[in-house]
Amino acid sequence: MPKIRDVCRHVRSKNAGPFWVTVDFFFDSEESFKRYRDTAALGPELFAHLFGTDAKLVKRVPVDRLHMIKISYPRAHPQGWMRERDMHAGQQFARLLEVDID
Amino acid sequence: MLGLQRMIEIMTDRDRLPGEIKIVVPTGMLGGGVHRNHVHYGIACGAHAIAVDSGSTDSGPSYLARGVSKTNRESIKHDLEVLMSEANRAGIPLLVGTCGTSGTDAGVDWTRDIAIEVAGELGITPKIACLYSEQTPAELIRKNRQGKIAPLPPLGPLTDSALESCEHIVALMGPEPYMAAIAAGADIVLGGRTTDTAVLAAIPLMKGAGAGAAWHAAKIAECGGQCTVNPRRGGVLMRVGEDAFDVEPLDLGNQCSPESVSAHLLYENSDPFRLTEPGGVLDVSGADYRWVDNRITRVTGSKWEPMPYTMKLEGARGGDFQTIMLIGIEDPEVLANLDEFHDRMQRVLTDRITKTFGPAVHFDLSLRLYGWNGTSGRPVPAGTPPPRDVGVMFVVTAPTQDLANRMAKACNPYFFHTPLREGIEMPSYAFPFTPAEIPRGQVYEFVLNHVVHTHDGFELVRTEWTDLAEKA
Repeated sequence: MPKIRDVCRHVRSKNAGPFWVTVDFFFDSEESFKRYRDTAALGPELFAHLFGTDAKLVKRVPVDRLHMIKISYPRAHPQGWMRERDMHAGQQFARLLEVDID
Repeated sequence: MLGLQRMIEIMTDRDRLPGEIKIVVPTGMLGGGVHRNHVHYGIACGAHAIAVDSGSTDSGPSYLARGVSKTNRESIKHDLEVLMSEANRAGIPLLVGTCGTSGTDAGVDWTRDIAIEVAGELGITPKIACLYSEQTPAELIRKNRQGKIAPLPPLGPLTDSALESCEHIVALMGPEPYMAAIAAGADIVLGGRTTDTAVLAAIPLMKGAGAGAAWHAAKIAECGGQCTVNPRRGGVLMRVGEDAFDVEPLDLGNQCSPESVSAHLLYENSDPFRLTEPGGVLDVSGADYRWVDNRITRVTGSKWEPMPYTMKLEGARGGDFQTIMLIGIEDPEVLANLDEFHDRMQRVLTDRITKTFGPAVHFDLSLRLYGWNGTSGRPVPAGTPPPRDVGVMFVVTAPTQDLANRMAKACNPYFFHTPLREGIEMPSYAFPFTPAEIPRGQVYEFVLNHVVHTHDGFELVRTEWTDLAEKA
């Protein structure tokens, strides 16, 4: 079963303001993009499970011309809170790489 | 300097947009290091203005809460010296948004004082407009009671106490105060907190460019060279027409490709197609990106939907204080049982603090095992082999710096010597520093994620003038 790392050439995460994180999934081909564009494997529950976010607020926008999907979710805690470990959310993508996508 | 032949080639051999308004965006952030030859190139192309952002929330809430700049004074002065001298020579205005990183009133004044110093050294006498958008809790409490403040997800309705807890609150300005200042004769406009796009869109909007094209161009150019193929090679020139814009790198060896330009909309945005700005929404879902030549990309199809005027609010407060310590561990017994070690250490140190300072003391203790799961803090999958080395960071958070320091000192011997299990000979881990404890300072938090409805772009903004010609 392919994992996200097998079908994306690049995955990145970053703050989108202090209260949101945005994750960009760049697929390795148009074929992969079309196949996974609407996959339930990248549904809001995945983000609730991995990041403790509110599944109802997760936003997902496919960008056809770039063969990528952008998924944004509210941070469980605002940027810079007392137990912050990733101020810019730049390493949050890593836990997604091993997720099964099929 | 550019070769004249090359410059003429570039300036004539291209398909132009009718009535295009040209803005030099020399860097994504004032103080990032602007190149004089890049600014020369933009001016040689007929730039109408130089515009640059000087702020960011991305580095965290501490800059807004403290009202100090992240970028150092020398870097700001260097860039202002280049930009002010070139703008003066060309007779075009210079616009700077979100002065002093967070755009507080103090950040504007700090930047204005540097600009005055630079003007004195250059022997020029510009007319400087300062735009202030810092807000008092009292004013916003009044607005909130009138139902004029709305939350943005994930936050809920605003309370008076949230507003009162903020050290500083700023409202994000739109382009209107910049346009008014330029119309009133400003050579330099130094703005408080402004949307990254508004400071770049102001002159194109003022000179009649299309609103969709102007806002979209500004969004693309907001981080300077970030929308180019090689972001380290300087900023860009925006050329904004009625229903299209071109974006071109200021460096002749760099390119703005349809991919690099369109991909910029993804950067630090939660929605890549719709962006809310003061007074409207930019919709780029129908935008088309094409090469003009091998350096320049043209964008068409951007739409601007006017909406009732809103300004986003940002506020930050100071919270508790932290002290940290670090140890390195290479002991293979500990490395083979890191989760057990973490839990034992957490128990031992928590007990130590509680016994020393009493059960009622308020504190938070966090241990992070870098090399194991320090970055995420999440459980490590079963069967993961032990690392070669871990760094353990101790973070204690307490109501005062003194208390946090004393808690770290109380934990010092235990952090240094706690064995993996009871009955093992006392280990000593590797402290890299002495004293081992490092006072880290205050924890700062962003408090607001709300918008305030205003009559227009001026209601919450104050403009003050410094005319150096009058003072001279």
